[in-house]
Amino acid sequence: MLRLVEKWAKQAAHEVQEYVYLTGSAFTSIFSRPFYRHDVVEQFDLIGFGSLTVVLLAGLFTGAALASQTGLTLDQFGARPVVGRLVSASMIKELGPVLTALMLTGRVGSGIAAEIGSMAVTDQINALRALGSDPVRKLVVPRVLAGIFMAPVLTVISDFIGILGGWAVARYQLQVSSSLYWASITKGLYMEDVWMGLTKPFVFGFLIATIACHVGLRTSGGTAGVGKATTLSVVAGSVAVIAADFFVTQLFVGLVYR
Amino acid sequence: MTTQTSETARRVLSEPGAPVVVFDHVQLAFDDKVVLKDVSFTLVKGHTKIILGASGSGKSTAVKIIVGLLKADAGVVWVNGERVDQLTERELMAVRNDLGMIFQEGALFDSLTVRENVGYKLYEETDMPLEQVDRRVEEVLGFIDLVEHIDKMPSELSGGQRRRVAIARAMAFKPSIMLYDEATTGLDPITATTVDHEIIKLRDLENVSSIIVTHQLRDAFYVATHMAVRDKAGRVQITRATPEKERESEFIMLRDGLINFEGDADSLRKSTDPYIVSFLS
Repeated sequence: MLRLVEKWAKQAAHEVQEYVYLTGSAFTSIFSRPFYRHDVVEQFDLIGFGSLTVVLLAGLFTGAALASQTGLTLDQFGARPVVGRLVSASMIKELGPVLTALMLTGRVGSGIAAEIGSMAVTDQINALRALGSDPVRKLVVPRVLAGIFMAPVLTVISDFIGILGGWAVARYQLQVSSSLYWASITKGLYMEDVWMGLTKPFVFGFLIATIACHVGLRTSGGTAGVGKATTLSVVAGSVAVIAADFFVTQLFVGLVYR
Repeated sequence: MTTQTSETARRVLSEPGAPVVVFDHVQLAFDDKVVLKDVSFTLVKGHTKIILGASGSGKSTAVKIIVGLLKADAGVVWVNGERVDQLTERELMAVRNDLGMIFQEGALFDSLTVRENVGYKLYEETDMPLEQVDRRVEEVLGFIDLVEHIDKMPSELSGGQRRRVAIARAMAFKPSIMLYDEATTGLDPITATTVDHEIIKLRDLENVSSIIVTHQLRDAFYVATHMAVRDKAGRVQITRATPEKERESEFIMLRDGLINFEGDADSLRKSTDPYIVSFLS
């Protein structure tokens, strides 16, 4: 039993070490040549534009459901007019970044792990190295950059669409006037909320892309291994996003909201 | 001092009979499994080394060590005068410029067309103008008779065509050493022969030194006992090799991480070692 625990702990430590090494070499590769510019542009398009539909739909329905649910609760206090404030604060600080990140984990993280994992089990990664390309520069750097910079863009879009969805429910179901809805948003929104909402997606995008690349590059065991890598990427990515959400929130509560 | 050594190495390597790959007492184990116990051999410029052995005998591991995809636990590996066992991944890139490797199943990039696969290194890792790269890609695809498939995706090709495209990709940047890792495994005999012809043509017409890893005896002996020549009209013909040419191909039999046999095709056929006799039967 003790041996099993020791083996598990060693494997876990090794995984963390490899992950840190990969993120370190990806970071240093960003600032040195060769830099595969067209791969970066391609990944920005695939990860950013490609995820737009799913993020829009998730944002819209989340905002609408949030307005509908909170409307009922706020009614108990006669506070239905401040529904906009609640929807915007929830979307911008928490739901927008986290749900967008979870959507990206499902769509982008799984895709990256499956693609790189397939390349690993069919010797394409070795072929890349044998042909003189560094897989970190060629595969990891473009995906990590796209993750870091497209997650905030998608989050802002998701926040806006979510607030719009909330407005539709507030206006037509809860019968709150549009002017009241938008006024409560501008009145109740602070810059600290915006900073928190904008900082989180940078962290989430980085985590989703690096975890997926790490899992993909370490794939072995044929097609079954690719399946496992894809699942692991989504599970680890989702847990990392939720855990990071807690820590970033704590950081802001401690440093910015004082 | 380093410059002088490099110049000496370059001078030695430019001479006929120079050792282009030296494997000196190489050892490698994965956890408790010893793959290479103590393996030494030398590949001479323009010659062919055919590594035979059962599955798991360490044949593919040996070529991966030469390219620097794996690091040996002990021993020294020289490639074109550079100690690849001591080089970093970044330094290895320069050594790999003169090494072409064909992987099992081809390892073509699924998302790229045949043209992009073949020209990958020239497009991505050199400053060669695009028109020049395109010309070189068409030239190598012409060499292996696959020009008409230039815009296809790898998934649209047959197994044999994929292996030949992999050969084209490895030869596009004109390396002087080619490493074939099970290039004909899983192919039918007729298709395997077309791949053998490409290996022979590259060796004899382009003067490429080759290391062939296989357990396909038919292909190993075919490559060792045939040669490519151009007739007066410039057509390439594959004929029976002369005895001198045959001696330029040497066999190595790996067994349990050690070299069990080293010699030419004739000595291999005449060997009375029970393992070799059973392997050849």
